[in-house]
Amino acid sequence: MNHWLIAPVVVPAFVAPLIVLSMRHDLVLQRVVSVAATAAQLAIALALMGLAADGEIHVYRLGNWAAPFGIVLMLDRLAALMLVLAAGLALIVQLYALGSGWDRKGWHFHALWQFQLMGLNGAFLTGDAFNLFVFFEVLLIASYGLMIHGGGEMRLRAGVQYVVYNLAGSTLFLAALGTIYAVTGTLNMADLAVKVAQMPPGDTALLRVGAVLLMLVFAVKTALVPLHFWLPATYARAPGPVAALFAIMTKVGVYAIIRFFTLVFPSDSVMERLAADILLPAALATLVIGQIGVLGSRHLGRVAAFAALASVGTLMIGVAQFRQPGLVAAIWYMIHSTLAAGALFLVVDLIGARRAGGSLWLRPLPPIAQGGIVAALFFAAAIGVAGLPPLSGFPGKLAILQATRQADWALAIWAVILLSSLIAIYGLSRAGSTVFWKAHELGPDPAPQAAPHESQRPLPAKVEPDEDVQDLADSASPALALTATGALVAGMVALAVFGGPVMDYARETARQLVDPAPYVDAVLLRQEGTR
Amino acid sequence: MELLIAIAIGALTTAGVYLILRKRSFAVVLGMTMLSYAINLFLVVSGRLVVDQPPILQTGVDRYTDPLPQALVLTAIVISFGMTALVVMMALGAFLEGGDDRIDMPGRDLTGAPRPGPPAQGTAHGTPRQPGDAA
Repeated sequence: MNHWLIAPVVVPAFVAPLIVLSMRHDLVLQRVVSVAATAAQLAIALALMGLAADGEIHVYRLGNWAAPFGIVLMLDRLAALMLVLAAGLALIVQLYALGSGWDRKGWHFHALWQFQLMGLNGAFLTGDAFNLFVFFEVLLIASYGLMIHGGGEMRLRAGVQYVVYNLAGSTLFLAALGTIYAVTGTLNMADLAVKVAQMPPGDTALLRVGAVLLMLVFAVKTALVPLHFWLPATYARAPGPVAALFAIMTKVGVYAIIRFFTLVFPSDSVMERLAADILLPAALATLVIGQIGVLGSRHLGRVAAFAALASVGTLMIGVAQFRQPGLVAAIWYMIHSTLAAGALFLVVDLIGARRAGGSLWLRPLPPIAQGGIVAALFFAAAIGVAGLPPLSGFPGKLAILQATRQADWALAIWAVILLSSLIAIYGLSRAGSTVFWKAHELGPDPAPQAAPHESQRPLPAKVEPDEDVQDLADSASPALALTATGALVAGMVALAVFGGPVMDYARETARQLVDPAPYVDAVLLRQEGTR
Repeated sequence: MELLIAIAIGALTTAGVYLILRKRSFAVVLGMTMLSYAINLFLVVSGRLVVDQPPILQTGVDRYTDPLPQALVLTAIVISFGMTALVVMMALGAFLEGGDDRIDMPGRDLTGAPRPGPPAQGTAHGTPRQPGDAA
C-alpha cells in the first residue's frame, strides 16, 4: 500500500484545526500556513497523477481491513485528475483571496478553506458509497461557512436557501444508500458493482429506484435542471473567491455521476439506458436555461452563475453518452469549465471591487480603475465561457459535438449547443459593453477615486458586514488579485496549447472508466496481508 | 412490526415534506428534522428487522442483527444534528439582518431596488452612500 494516497485528506485535516486552535489571532501566519498547505496538496496531487498515469489502479485500505468490510481509498486516472484540478484551482483562488483582502472580511476563512479541500479530496478518492456521503457532508458544511463569509443580509438569505436545499439533498442521499444497502448488503463501490451485475433481472426494481435516487442526489450537487434552483442566488451572492472555488463543487456531482454510472450501474447492467435517458434531456435543459440566464440577468454575479450552470449542461451532454468519446470530451470540458467559471467569478469580483459603491448591477457607472486590464480579463474569461477560439472551450465544445454525432438525439444536441452558444455570446457582450463601454459615455467619476493603496495596513481581520463585495481600498494587493485572475486565464491558454497531451490523458481515463473490471479486481482481489 | 415502522417512516416523511415547503424558516428547520428522523429509522431497518439479537457474528450464533446500519445511522444522526444547529444559526442570522424569517429571496434580489426601511441604514458604517448604490 502506498501511504501517499491518504495524504490529500490528512494534510488539510491537520492544518485546518491547527489554524483554528493555535493561530486564530495571527492572520499572517494563517495565510502562510494555509497557502503552503494548499501548495503541498497540489504537489501531492501531481505526484499521485504521475503514479496513476501508468494505468494501474491503486488501493489504500484504511486500517488495513479487508475490502468489502473496510473502507478503501482508490486512485485511478480520473481521481488523480480531479485532485490536481481541485488543488490547482484552490491555490490560485486562495492567492486571489489574499490579494483582494477577502480573507480578512470575517473569521476562519483559511480553516474553512482547508476543510473544504479535505472534503473535495476525500470525495474524489473514496471507494465507498457511505464514505462518499461523509465527505460530501464535510465539503458542504465547510462551503456553508465560506458561502456566508463576510455576512450581509442577502448573502445570509441566499445561504439559508443553499443549506436547506443541500440538507434535503443529503437526506435523499441517505435514502438512496439505505435502499441500495437493503437490496445488495454492501456499500463498497467495487463490491456493489459485482453484486449488481449478479442480480437476477426480476429482483432489480428496488435497486433501480435506489440508483435513480442516487442520480437525483448527484444532480442536485451538479445543479441540473430542474434541481438547479439553489445555484444562481448562491453563486451570485457568495464572496468572489468562494464562488470561484465553488466552480469545482458542481464538478463533484459530475464526478460522482461518472463514477457510479460507469462502475456500479453501467449501461449494460440493470439500469440499461435509463441513466442516459434521464440525464440527456436534463443536460440540454440546463444548457438552454443557463445561457438564457446569462442573457437575462441584471446582475454580474448572476451572469457568471448562469454561465457556470450552462457549462455544467454542456459537460453533462458529454457524460450522458456514457461511451468513450463522450467521456473523453466531458473530461476535457470539465477541466476547461472549471478554469473558465473560476476566472469569470474572479473577474466579476475585480469589477465589483472597482465600481462605485461595489455595485454589481448591470447599469452604466463611471469608468473603473485599471479598466483596461480588467476589461481584457473579462473579455478572455467571456471567450472561455462561451467556448470561442482560441481558448480551450472551443476544442472542448468541438469534441462534444464530434462525440454526439452518432447519438440518438444528435440533431437536437447540435442545435441546442450551437444556438445556446450564440445566446451566451450575445449576453456576455451585452454585459461587457454595459460595464466597460457605456461607462465612458458618462465621463470620469465626479466623486474622488478610491484612496491610494497603502502597503502598511494593519492586518487583523476587519469585519465589515453588509457589503456585497470587497472594496478596492481594502485590497491588500490589487496586483496579486489581477495576477491570480490572469493565471486562470493562462490555464485556459495552456490547456488549448498543450491540448494533445491532455486529450491523450482524457482518452486513457475514459478507457479506464468504460472497463471497470481492473478497478473491481484491484479492490476485491490481491488482499494478502489484510486483517 | 414492519407495518408499524413503515407507517412511522411514512408519517414522518409526509410531515417533513409538508413543513419544508413552508415559507418560514422555523417550519423549514422543523421539517428538516422530521425528514432526518424518518431517514434514520429507514436506515435502521435497511438491514432487516431483527428483535433481541446481538449485532455480532459468532460461531454457533445463527441469528444476529446487521451491525452496519447501526454504524451508518449513528454517523447520520451526528451529521444531521450538526447540520440542524448550523441551519438554525444561519436562519437566525438572516432573520436578524433582514428583519423577517421568510425563506424565499425578496424581490429586490432580482431588481436591485434599494432596501425598504429606515433611510439611515447606509450611513451606519460611516461611509456615505454613493450614487447608483444598490443596498
